[in-house]
Amino acid sequence: MSKVLILAEHDKGALKKVTLNTLAFARQYVAKFGGSYDFAVLGHNVAGVAEALRGYGAGAVHLADHADLAHPIASAWAKVLADLAKSIGADMVVAPATTTGKDVLPRTAVRLGAGMASDIIALTDSGAFARPMWAGNLTGNVKISTANKVISVRASAFDAAEATGGQSPVVAFAADPALASTRVKFVSFDGVQSTRPDLAEATTIVAGGRGLKDRFYAVTEPLADVLGAAIGATRAAVDDGYAPNDLQIGQTGKVVAPQLYFAIAMSGAVQHLAGMKNSKVIVAINKNPDEPIFKVADYGLVADAFVAVPELTAQIKALRG
Amino acid sequence: MKILVSAKRVSDPNAKLAIAKDGKWIEGDVEYILNPFCENAIECALQIAEANEGTETVAIGIGDDETARFIRQGALARGIDRGILVSAEEASIDSDLIARIYQGVVHREKPDIVLLGKQAIDGDSNQVGQLLAEYLGWPQATFASKVEVSGNKAIVTREVDGGLETLEVSLPCVITADLRLNEPRFASLAGIMKAKKKPFDELEIDDLDLEDTDTKVQIVGLSTPSGRKAGVIVKDVEELVQKLRSEARAI
Repeated sequence: MSKVLILAEHDKGALKKVTLNTLAFARQYVAKFGGSYDFAVLGHNVAGVAEALRGYGAGAVHLADHADLAHPIASAWAKVLADLAKSIGADMVVAPATTTGKDVLPRTAVRLGAGMASDIIALTDSGAFARPMWAGNLTGNVKISTANKVISVRASAFDAAEATGGQSPVVAFAADPALASTRVKFVSFDGVQSTRPDLAEATTIVAGGRGLKDRFYAVTEPLADVLGAAIGATRAAVDDGYAPNDLQIGQTGKVVAPQLYFAIAMSGAVQHLAGMKNSKVIVAINKNPDEPIFKVADYGLVADAFVAVPELTAQIKALRG
Repeated sequence: MKILVSAKRVSDPNAKLAIAKDGKWIEGDVEYILNPFCENAIECALQIAEANEGTETVAIGIGDDETARFIRQGALARGIDRGILVSAEEASIDSDLIARIYQGVVHREKPDIVLLGKQAIDGDSNQVGQLLAEYLGWPQATFASKVEVSGNKAIVTREVDGGLETLEVSLPCVITADLRLNEPRFASLAGIMKAKKKPFDELEIDDLDLEDTDTKVQIVGLSTPSGRKAGVIVKDVEELVQKLRSEARAI
């Protein structure tokens, strides 16, 4: 019987949907191998996040609310998360493979003497964890041979879990982050201001490549606006400064799988495909018919993006009246 | 100051991969490159050394003679002062054992900063820097896009979801490099010649006094995921809209 502890992801006091994708993994694991799951909410003034998780069938929602947890400093968060896991007897700790999850979980694993598997996309019947390797060109099934296990979950591979009703108890955990002794100080956060949906949560994504140059937003924004879509970018477009790092989709950026993905003026490098090839419908628009992006696209349009995308935007707008 | 920096080789991301017979790693005539994130880490180490006189830089790699070649050509030829190879079979170690090997080397070398790539583009685990920091009880700053060292502190800007975070970490610390940290320099011909004569140590895992050499995570099988098939080429925007609407029902 396993006890799974799920680290909740939140931003500005609101629960992030990736937590529910991660919950879907935990429910699968518990359904296969028996046990139960709890949530861990770490942060400061985050009681609302704990409250939002009460209807999801957890044994308990543990709330570690402490001023020194206000920013996700990995050493402090990992200590509190491991302390909590030990105190409730959890033998598995899971979190979404976001930059916070990636930063915090390995340190948690060391504290628990646990092996860690990153970016899990599926669970096998024998208890192995499937994960993409070599930019998703191969899938590795990995076994963790330690009693305690730590897992980061690729959110796009699991449909968000539904609420089940009920009211899990919120249990305060007396966190001791020992931040002072970790020799780290938070200095600042320069957030991307956007009213668009989060890339991880968007059902439609309009992504642009280097080919859009300094007209990156001029081309992608109007289309994203009519579709209520998120905007994404290739590494090349980010490297050249046309889009901020937060928009990068790919092997080392964000991994997405929306219902509809527009790949505009991009070549379709292996590293980018690794971040989007599980999208349901892919549309490629590029003036060069030989680009590899057309090999993964459901619909390809060989055209100049500067002409075709505004036309596409206008036609969709007209359809929607 | 002393900086320890990683030099890991990885298979070329554009190479066609063949799965080994035991299904646990790749095999065959694969082209290798230096892990791109390690190149950023090496460049960062060189820039810190150039700005802080008297800094020693040491590159470390785990593997065989081929790995040694990458330490010389990818790190020493670019200007890193010394190399260390720890002999091990790449396919049989996990992130945890790599971190503990690094920890063993850190105990011998006592660096002020350990600079690693944020992830290796073959295993894609993104764990070693964080594991090492916890084993050492050191602060970490992962996914760095800017590093400034002054005195016994580093100010590091990190690429995180939602924007850029800046942390101040005290030395000694672990920093992992993201791609926009810098533009790695090329090795000069003179650098390549010099690299041949630079100090180079070869260590066995047994030299490092690890508690054990057990792995915690094992690959039990590799497979090729079913690929996506190319769809149709539409003739114009009108046909695209029509297909998206009536066929894909996506808009």
